[in-house]
Amino acid sequence: MMVRPFRRFLAAAAMGLALTAAGAEAKTFRFAFQGDYKSLDPYTLNESFTNGLHKAVYEGLVRRGPKLEIEPALAERWEVSEDGLRWRFYLRRGVKFHGGEDFTADDVIFSAQRVRTQGSNFLPIVPKDAKVVKVDDHTVDFLLTAPDAMLIAEWDNWPMMSKKWAEANNAVAPTPQAAETPSYAALNENGTGPFVVVSHQPGVKTVWRPNPNWWDSPRHNLTEVVFTPIGSDATRVAALLSGEVDWIDPVPLQDIQRVNASGIAEVMQGPELRTIFLGFDQNRDELRGASVKGRNPFKDARVRKAFYQAVDIAAIRDKVMRGLATPAALMISPLLFDRAGEFKRFPYDPEAAKKLLAEAGYPNGFEVVMDCPNDRYVNDERICQAVVGMLARIGVKVSLNAQPKAKYFAKAGQTGGYDTSFYLLGWTPSTLDSLNVLTQIMGCRDEKGNGGLTNYGNYCNPKVEALIGKIRAETDKKKRDDLIAEAYRVALVEDVGYIPLHQQALVWGVAKTVKLVQRADNQLILSWIRKE
Amino acid sequence: MIAFIIRRLIQSIGVLLAVALIAFTMFRFVGDPVNQMVGVETSAAEREQIRKSLGLDDPVVVQFGRYVAKAASLDFGISYQFRQPVTKLLAERMPATLELALVSSAFALAVGIAMGVYTALRRNGWLAQVFQAVSLVGVSLPTFLTGILLIYVFSVLLGWLPSFGRGDVVAVGSWWTTGLLTWTGLRALILPAITLGLFQMTLIMRLVRAEMLEVLRTDYIKFARARGLSQRAIHFGHALKNTLVPVITIAGLQLGSVIAFAIITETVFQWPGMGILFLQAVQNVDIPIMAAYLLFIAFLFVVINLVVDLLYAAVDPRLKSTVTAS
Repeated sequence: MMVRPFRRFLAAAAMGLALTAAGAEAKTFRFAFQGDYKSLDPYTLNESFTNGLHKAVYEGLVRRGPKLEIEPALAERWEVSEDGLRWRFYLRRGVKFHGGEDFTADDVIFSAQRVRTQGSNFLPIVPKDAKVVKVDDHTVDFLLTAPDAMLIAEWDNWPMMSKKWAEANNAVAPTPQAAETPSYAALNENGTGPFVVVSHQPGVKTVWRPNPNWWDSPRHNLTEVVFTPIGSDATRVAALLSGEVDWIDPVPLQDIQRVNASGIAEVMQGPELRTIFLGFDQNRDELRGASVKGRNPFKDARVRKAFYQAVDIAAIRDKVMRGLATPAALMISPLLFDRAGEFKRFPYDPEAAKKLLAEAGYPNGFEVVMDCPNDRYVNDERICQAVVGMLARIGVKVSLNAQPKAKYFAKAGQTGGYDTSFYLLGWTPSTLDSLNVLTQIMGCRDEKGNGGLTNYGNYCNPKVEALIGKIRAETDKKKRDDLIAEAYRVALVEDVGYIPLHQQALVWGVAKTVKLVQRADNQLILSWIRKE
Repeated sequence: MIAFIIRRLIQSIGVLLAVALIAFTMFRFVGDPVNQMVGVETSAAEREQIRKSLGLDDPVVVQFGRYVAKAASLDFGISYQFRQPVTKLLAERMPATLELALVSSAFALAVGIAMGVYTALRRNGWLAQVFQAVSLVGVSLPTFLTGILLIYVFSVLLGWLPSFGRGDVVAVGSWWTTGLLTWTGLRALILPAITLGLFQMTLIMRLVRAEMLEVLRTDYIKFARARGLSQRAIHFGHALKNTLVPVITIAGLQLGSVIAFAIITETVFQWPGMGILFLQAVQNVDIPIMAAYLLFIAFLFVVINLVVDLLYAAVDPRLKSTVTAS
């Protein structure tokens, strides 16, 4: 028992930290989220909040800073060969897992294999045909079959796991979804990161304490972190206002004023990376449940543009979102694409919309069914209701089918055979790059969903497909941005393939005693939190 | 008598099977569990593979048969979302729910009887009027609203009691955890127990009051008065005792529904019990948990009703004679 405090002291001194408060004052950071922290296994669920929590204990070769810039983590540096096919990573020396194992090249090779095993929710994070080769204990090569400029873009969410630990505990595969045996890695962790898990009861409570042997100098000043899920909106706000927790997410929009007026907490807002948009079925020859028979009005770009111009985005922002949304002209957040400023929304103009409908042969409008989730995005159902009202003004009669996300995705998504005519969806590119948006949302797909898996309405233009191919191979940033801008111009301006709506706002409730960083990907990074 | 018991047992099993079937088939329509388990970017082939490994491709009848067979040996499968055995998850959460249910029932009984007796004895006192008014509020306000009101007053405004959770718990034996032995645990229990017990409390109060007024009018009370017994002995020794028989029956029967309807209270207070586990399971289409929970609640009701039936048969000679005659 004597060893640990002494070691902690040494480590702190070595890093030149003035830990005057070490051990003297307990600083416990308590926080509550609307959902659970389900599994500690970092490869099983790709979801923003969970990915953020994993970073308390696990680390990747690279990580992202407060402004989402890529910085070295477990790899000190890396270099790419001329042809772009070989990425060499130089690993940080002296890093230990929480269980005491040294972090070496074997662990990287193991992690690359594990993350590509059935049951992983991060399969594409390392290309399927990439070879991972050990050069020496602290150097690893990733050998690709095609250049991939965005290889490490998502690696912030790909933490390194210990080979020895996984093998010893029957955790070599990510928890198989249908496992008949419970998973060890779901309840236990062994990372290299700034915190260790003290206890984890899924759906109830998770407790961390700092890792005294962390290789990096901690920015936080916490001695303990406690997480509790609180599903009920009112209770979550009450917990913040009574000082029982220091952070909540989300704050319901109607409670923002109350939180700000409380004097003990305030609301921290910022644009989220997710873009909310409307999509059309451009695949079927006849829409299901529509009044138009024998043809699909959404195959006509004029109809799509009419819908676009009928949507009063300012009203949605002010009335439905209470000002907490940024109207979007693109299908990606302006934070993630430098040239987003060149794009403007089509103006709101119901008269022009009516004219477009008449030109397309629907002077009296038509009837169509709209699918909408009601528990997925901020005020999703109310946005849809507003859209229904706006379309009624140009003569289009929309019957709204708003349902819980479980049912919505099962109908409109791939598993439901893309059974939707007109729908609302939100998308965050996991690589934080446009290529993901172009392939997943605007890339052609077949009936089974191969290709643009989340392209529900199958917007499909060979011109865009060709551009996607070029973007994938292009490594020069400026040329690449030109190609991306061109692809967006074709898909959104020429074709009006989608109606982008807005980026919703992140709304965190934060106690005044706490200083933390709000990253636009909605991840709460525990190691950046300071408490008074 | 034995034939009666056997018949009741067979009926009970029938009820449980019916509940299992309803639960199982109903959940087929809640949504696609595969969608809930994977991210949006998971490819079609992967989804297909997961579907197959979960046995979701088999005919519904086969899936149901497999389910009942396993359930009989207390194996409810692995939760889709937590990847842990459902039996273990429910066992972990059960102490929280049972403790909450028992404490709130005890609260309802104690306060309900006291208020009932008081309002019966001082029918026109102003405090009795207040109690009556409060009981009206208690039966008519929905649980989630009383819960939020209590949180607002006692946690946010006054800061006396915690607004969520169960506080610190200590392990008793191998699987039971209790919050009754820690200070934070006790404090955390107060608001949820009141919220959950309020409805029962008003029910018991009204029942006691009505029964008590009834009993006070009977002849033996009048005779007791004529004999010059003290008020105290009459009220509590004779009247109350005779009032309590139906009250205890009702309270016993209500215990089942207190446990079952703890869902709402648990959600409002983020009480880590079985109810909130069930609710989260519904949101995430976690069929193994949902089905196991429904079966558990059905089992609870069946057992309580069975016990009550048997007790009646044992206590009431008239019933016994009809039972043996048939």
